[in-house]
Amino acid sequence: MSASQPVLLPGDSAGDRPANNAADAAAVDPARPVVAVEDLRIAFPGDTGEVVAVDGLSFALRPGAALGLVGESGSGKSATALALLGLHRGSGARVSGRIEVAGVDLTTADAEEVRRLRGRRIAMIFQDPLSALDPYYSVGDQIAEVCRVHTGVDRRAAWARAVTVLDRVGIPSAERRARSHPHEFSGGMRQRAMIAMALACEPDVLVADEPTTALDVTVQAQILDLLHELRTDAGMALLLVTHDLGVAAGNVDDVLVMHAGVAVERGPVDRVLSAPTEPYTRELVSAVPRIETTRKSVVESSGVSTVVATSAVPEVSTSDSSTAGEPLMRITDVRKHFRQRGWLIGRREPVRAVDGVSLDIRRGETLGVVGESGSGKTTLARMMVRLLDPTSGTIHFDGHDLASLPERRLRPLRRDLQMVFQDPASSLNPRRTVGESIGDPLRVHGVDEPEIRRAVAEMMERVGLDPDRRDRYPHEFSGGQRQRVGIARALVLRPRLLVCDEPVSALDVSTQSRIVRLLADLRGEFDLTLVFVAHDLALVRQVSDRVAVMRSGELVELAESDALYDNPTHPYTRDLLAAVPRLDPEEARRQRAVRRAALAEAG
Amino acid sequence: MLPYLTRRVVGAALVLLALSVVVFAIFYLLPGDPAQLVCGIKTCSADRLALVRQKLGLDQPVAVQYWQFLTGLVVGRDVSAGPNVFHCPAPCLGFSFQTDEPVLALIADRLPVSLSLTAGAMVLWLSIGVGGGVLSALRRGRFIDRATTVFVLGGMSIPVFISGLLLLMVFCVWLQWLPFPSYVSLASDPAGWARSLVLPWFALALVEAAKYARLTRTSMLETLSEDHIRTARAYGLRERRVIGRHALRGALTPLATMLAVDVGGVLTSASLTETLFGLPGLGQLLVQSVNTLDLPVVVGLVLLAGFAIVVGNVVADLVYAVLDRRVSLT
Repeated sequence: MSASQPVLLPGDSAGDRPANNAADAAAVDPARPVVAVEDLRIAFPGDTGEVVAVDGLSFALRPGAALGLVGESGSGKSATALALLGLHRGSGARVSGRIEVAGVDLTTADAEEVRRLRGRRIAMIFQDPLSALDPYYSVGDQIAEVCRVHTGVDRRAAWARAVTVLDRVGIPSAERRARSHPHEFSGGMRQRAMIAMALACEPDVLVADEPTTALDVTVQAQILDLLHELRTDAGMALLLVTHDLGVAAGNVDDVLVMHAGVAVERGPVDRVLSAPTEPYTRELVSAVPRIETTRKSVVESSGVSTVVATSAVPEVSTSDSSTAGEPLMRITDVRKHFRQRGWLIGRREPVRAVDGVSLDIRRGETLGVVGESGSGKTTLARMMVRLLDPTSGTIHFDGHDLASLPERRLRPLRRDLQMVFQDPASSLNPRRTVGESIGDPLRVHGVDEPEIRRAVAEMMERVGLDPDRRDRYPHEFSGGQRQRVGIARALVLRPRLLVCDEPVSALDVSTQSRIVRLLADLRGEFDLTLVFVAHDLALVRQVSDRVAVMRSGELVELAESDALYDNPTHPYTRDLLAAVPRLDPEEARRQRAVRRAALAEAG
Repeated sequence: MLPYLTRRVVGAALVLLALSVVVFAIFYLLPGDPAQLVCGIKTCSADRLALVRQKLGLDQPVAVQYWQFLTGLVVGRDVSAGPNVFHCPAPCLGFSFQTDEPVLALIADRLPVSLSLTAGAMVLWLSIGVGGGVLSALRRGRFIDRATTVFVLGGMSIPVFISGLLLLMVFCVWLQWLPFPSYVSLASDPAGWARSLVLPWFALALVEAAKYARLTRTSMLETLSEDHIRTARAYGLRERRVIGRHALRGALTPLATMLAVDVGGVLTSASLTETLFGLPGLGQLLVQSVNTLDLPVVVGLVLLAGFAIVVGNVVADLVYAVLDRRVSLT
């Protein structure tokens, strides 16, 4: 489908279409790239001279083509995306080279020329649609505003156009929902609204900057499917910026791998992902957790030292653990309801975050807990270590019921129950050195100072940190290192149960795999039982013996991990698995077809 | 919405009740005898003092006095003065010890003055403060930003009795552009009203304008750095529209709620400005009645101040809920 035949909206009438004038349409020549970047260099002023974010980057995007810009945080991919819309203007950044979009060179064009380009010829979709949309105006209002700015149509026509595009991106009863404000939409709906805004003027190029990173896996699949559909239907070119190779795989024709501001490798997506030539790309590709990879193969291929292989902790198999006697923790019909505020009049239904979950945690196993946001997985994790008091139910651990034990009697048990938190940046006290933070649990339990120093040094060494850096503060560490500090702090008391709540979801993919390997290592060494809470199904498979799937506060399915991934019994588990991005483009296309078929069947 | 209002009304009643208890308690803990003051310090005989004390109700136990005050407030009460009995209808705040006038009448007399002062000053401090704050945020680090910073520092650190005196010296003594202010009511002479209030307006607005300029600047800078402003620019909106429609809306909403609370406060506590410019407002009345231990008037004024601030808070909440749809009143 070529760009000169826009077939964007089936129900379009001449009236509610922006009058993209004829001259503009003619300017799109299918052979000529709609985006051409040559020798792009972006530098930000820093304390010690310039910080170069992008250096000597060149690429081109033909009409209707899709390019994936892939890299880890700090690779310069987002800076590049912003430069395509001239959004570095006025920020102090120095942009040089040539950025041609729809025939306009953004490095030399005047402000008015750039403004007219934005939203009309090139539109951008941002990562977090909640903050990217203005909270004070309705969604329809904001889309209509874009139409009016670029086409000069009247209010009524602009509003009609907003409703049309909202309908196009799959917002149900768009006429009514156009009046909703962003906060009244779910995360996926917000991103649809953002895409609708991008469609408002039928741009030639869509720039999507991590469009699905903030979304759940099933919603991510829907949004990616939508983008794919729009691209094939309307012939828009797509620049997809992402850190997730899985997201790029099924959605672009070519990829460009960036690292430290330079293009490392580029080529057709099938070739780059299946046979990367550069070492960095190979490393990146191998770090991505794959849904089809089992736990055993990861432990072996990761080359983990003898620790795991010869450790006392056996690869827990079903027969072993069922005969192993008492589980370490037995959770029975546990509930957590959060009361909604209501006073005098109007008592509201409580939020049932966890609603009747029963499960055993076996000694020495790694139990994965997966679910989408709002499934109650974090609430459940926090109840396991009694950071939250259950509303009802029992949690048996070591002969005690954690759910009802008073805090005073709970304290001696606390050292056996430790937690690693999602965001190492905010779960470490920024005003305490990492050495102090790691030693604090010991201090609480009355260990003397020389002993603490020794234990901290040992623990830092164990998690792969240099003990000489104990007197540094958290901000001097990278994300991955901070999470190592968090792990050291949790392990310093030698707990028996370690609950990790999304321990790697804030980290880059290559850092992720190193932390996961570290956890696997430590599990053997410290004789730990691990609970691994995460939304990333592929990652969970690699670390877990058994996996529990949660949805709206309930346990949907609990099974040995290979059994669960190979033969999911519950339809929700099947949906989740079908939505996971595949690294193999062929497989990604197949899954998309499966999803489409399911959708067609459903409605 | 209804539960919210119920809760707020009950809460407000409790606050005012507590306030009246505290004022009564403080009053009786302080040294000094109001009856002695009314009667005259040197000329008063013991018999006459007892009579005055009885007339003012000061011979009763404190608890009884307080109870009488409360019933008067809710259902009204009868007051005997010699052979005559007056009925004081609810809400009865009692009678001034000094002048025997009903407290409500005293307050009603002076409210227009305080309202005039507050309303005019508010218009001024909003225009100067918000205008300066927005400009300074948009021209961050440039001359206008620095000038605003100097103004803010000055405005916040110079007390009103200095800045007010300076204004009087300059405009009434040296330049003689304005007569020394003496209050004229709006109804009788609008031009005279404005002339008499222009200096007090500026004196009072200076402090508040400085505060608002600082807050507006911070709030504006914060809003400008938000993602949705980048979105507005990324979709080709003109800079004027980005600022005027998207940034200002977000930056000024928190200010609107602060304003509602501030107006309640300034209304009853601009005593320095009122005294300096000889305006017979509520603040001046408060200072006088504290000096003469005129308990009914003090209690009445404190309750009014409390009421104004509580109402201001409710209005602030309502305004916020209207301006920002994410807020729900529960």
